[in-house]
Amino acid sequence: METIKVSEQIITPQDAKIPEGPLAEKWTNYKAHQKLVNPANKRRLDVIVVGTGLAGASAAASLAEMGFNVLNFCIQDSPRRAHSIAAQGGINAAKNYQNDGDSVYRLFYDTIKGGDYRAREANVYRLAEVANSIIDQCVAQGVPFAREYGGLLDNRSFGGAQVSRTFYAKGQTGQQLLLGAYSALSRQVGKGKVKLYSRYEMLDVVVIDGRARGIIARNLVTGRVERFFAHAVVVGTGGYGNAFFLSTNAMASNGSAALQCYKKGAYFANPCYAQIHPTCIPVHGEFQSKLTLMSESLRNDGRIWVPKKLEDAKALQAGKLQGRDIPEEDRDYYLERRYPAFGNLVPRDVASRAAKERCDAGFGVNSTGLAVFLDFSDAIKRLGRDVVAAKYGNLFQMYEKIVDVDPYENPMMIFPAIHYTMGGIWVDYELQTSIKGLFCIGEANFSDHGANRLGASALMQGLADGYFVLPYTIQNYLSDQIAVPRMSTDLPEFAAAEQAINDKINKLMSIQGKRSVDSIHRELGLVMWDFVGMGRNAEGLRTALTKIKEVKKEFWSNVFIPGQAEGVNVELEKALRLADFIEIGELMARDALHREESCGGHFREEFQTPEGEALRQDDKFAYAACWKYNGDDQEPTMIKEPLDYEFVTRQTRNYKA
Amino acid sequence: MERTINIKVKVWRQAGPKAKGHFETYALENISTDSSFLEMLDVLNEKLISERQEPVVFDHDCREGICGMCSLYINGHPHGPDSEITTCQLHMRKFKDGDTITVEPWRSAAFPVIKDLMVDRRAYDKIIQAGGFVSVNTGGVPDANAIPIPKRDADLAMDAASCIGCGACAAACKNGSAMLFVAAKVSQLALLPQGKVEAAARAKAMVAKMDELGFGNCTNTGACAAECPKCVSLSNIARLNREYLCAKMKD
Repeated sequence: METIKVSEQIITPQDAKIPEGPLAEKWTNYKAHQKLVNPANKRRLDVIVVGTGLAGASAAASLAEMGFNVLNFCIQDSPRRAHSIAAQGGINAAKNYQNDGDSVYRLFYDTIKGGDYRAREANVYRLAEVANSIIDQCVAQGVPFAREYGGLLDNRSFGGAQVSRTFYAKGQTGQQLLLGAYSALSRQVGKGKVKLYSRYEMLDVVVIDGRARGIIARNLVTGRVERFFAHAVVVGTGGYGNAFFLSTNAMASNGSAALQCYKKGAYFANPCYAQIHPTCIPVHGEFQSKLTLMSESLRNDGRIWVPKKLEDAKALQAGKLQGRDIPEEDRDYYLERRYPAFGNLVPRDVASRAAKERCDAGFGVNSTGLAVFLDFSDAIKRLGRDVVAAKYGNLFQMYEKIVDVDPYENPMMIFPAIHYTMGGIWVDYELQTSIKGLFCIGEANFSDHGANRLGASALMQGLADGYFVLPYTIQNYLSDQIAVPRMSTDLPEFAAAEQAINDKINKLMSIQGKRSVDSIHRELGLVMWDFVGMGRNAEGLRTALTKIKEVKKEFWSNVFIPGQAEGVNVELEKALRLADFIEIGELMARDALHREESCGGHFREEFQTPEGEALRQDDKFAYAACWKYNGDDQEPTMIKEPLDYEFVTRQTRNYKA
Repeated sequence: MERTINIKVKVWRQAGPKAKGHFETYALENISTDSSFLEMLDVLNEKLISERQEPVVFDHDCREGICGMCSLYINGHPHGPDSEITTCQLHMRKFKDGDTITVEPWRSAAFPVIKDLMVDRRAYDKIIQAGGFVSVNTGGVPDANAIPIPKRDADLAMDAASCIGCGACAAACKNGSAMLFVAAKVSQLALLPQGKVEAAARAKAMVAKMDELGFGNCTNTGACAAECPKCVSLSNIARLNREYLCAKMKD
């Protein structure tokens, strides 16, 4: 492989500000000794929070409740639209309400194991530790979690766990949690403690004397590029899965804010860790704009299978048979067969690869051969149609509206799709990036999920960061800033950042080529899916790097953006995001090429066991790869943060027994 | 089964909030009936861009019926002719070859047009800011199971809470009333012990804000509930009226 620039310097636990002491006492110790800001001084400090998803909204609300002045930015017309709203299944916490042996340690252990031992121990433990408070907080806000007849909270199971620790609100848990955070945020907007900027998109972070001091954002209605100062900047802008064009992410979800932080000096860690969710509605046509997820909760009662006989698969592919026509004895419930202990509830990366393996072998069940069945006939027999409808009715309805097939009568067809990115901006224990005063929370950071995220853990992490971690840790930074007066946005650093944005916009507008933004984005997406998707290898990744360079050249020489830079210009918005997706795609391929092992969502075909399971190389790759930007057309430098496990022993993940 | 159809779309074009709008008709061929309505608009926009014209601006985001960002009056119905779905979940199989489909923005005094089919719905945020919350700060709350809540109440609260804030109710109402939206939030929180404490103050504050923002009065026509993509029930308005009247009587 090509030589990559590897820094001699490594990131030590001290650099990452991991507190001293036993695992279970680190967060308590941190809180006991951290610096705080007194109420009078809080009023003098401004904090910018970019994003209003679970992480952004909960952080903005909590910081404002404490007394800070918050400027909160969202790309949509309302904070309630953030893509956290689309999370369906649930949120984990170690309440042990079911008396099934759950504990903080077990939630920590499942999460770190689920992440294939590529996350930081101290962060994951803290996540498990504060998870219980999230449930308490949400109930207090009026989040209508599902309850049992006795009036207490109900739970269900998710992948990678043997306990029922997932709290849910029908199939709309993300919606209800986000609306809870949105209501807390709205309360602070009403009180004047949060100034809300909707239909604004962050285009750069402004760094003055090595510290983040504000952002440049574009008003998407007027088209004006504006400057904003704050004593600290918090980025909670989600993941970069839309680099693949087709993903379960919302149309406006993008990686631009994170990429701008990277270009200003924040490390981008583990970009290659992307989660491919096993249960999405399969791709069906060239006009398709996005992929729809079917909640992991369906795997509680749904059974995944393909035909045992190749001729049955061929008949299904030709449309001559339907799923319900295949007799029981000719069905291969391959997850139950391969992983008897966890069955249909294996983690997402394992379930996705197993589906790909069956489809590659020719057993796919739709016209493209890229789908498997998710079948509820057993559950309907066992529980009755009404119970199944009560549990999953809205998901079944969603499926039927899209596919025009009734899942009560015929099994659903599903296939893996890009869903979540575990990689992201590197942060220390305080959620501070490598730029002072710049913090990163939620999916946008890299910290808690390692190489694979377990179901119902994204909501947990977003709200943990926003409600219970950042509002503490940011004070340790801000306590030094109380004497810093509000700065003028006329300072040369603001002017230069704004000028650079305007230059970029003018350059894009003046290309006047022949291709639409979407047509180039689709091309990038295909390269990403074919070579940086579920199965990766060195040759394919090198091809990806070459092809991404071609896409980049095509974009910067042949894109066409109609209209003007002033006013609403959706094509310009998309072009600015695509410019960054291209660079993220390159970074993902580069990181995937360097990581010569398989772990979690990163599967290198050269590194697998004879049974096709992921083969880690702990002696060589037990570190987070943190990429440092060196300028346009320069290779980035990689800095290692070794992940030395003090408290758990790394094992090969085993979901068989 | 996938088919293709040829259609005409008659779309509202308006350059800006103050500009005079007009309908523009576009012909589209070979639209897959498996594509969604918004994917059909994507195809239209690709066509317009290839002809070096400005694409039609419309709001959309999650494209799975939950974010509430998409809107559109389609053939006289908010979110189109199908029931229980948002525009992004509407599929072209609901239309016939040769159809002319009329697409307009939400029409409500409180939702001014920004451009083409995109409207400003911040009025809904302002109503929530006036009282659509439980006044608790982060931290210091009791254990989640400290107060049992009857399953029936929790389920009813969940049904009300399924509102996505899309604005279809106000857009469908001949009076431009936001009552169903307000009622959904007031009901959700009034049904739960955590929200009960402030129920009266909340109802008064949210209704006052709704009136202030230019939404009309409710005359119980029921168009809102009929067009609501999430089937938020009209009985929530009854619950709001009860909360509101009780609160006013106590004043």
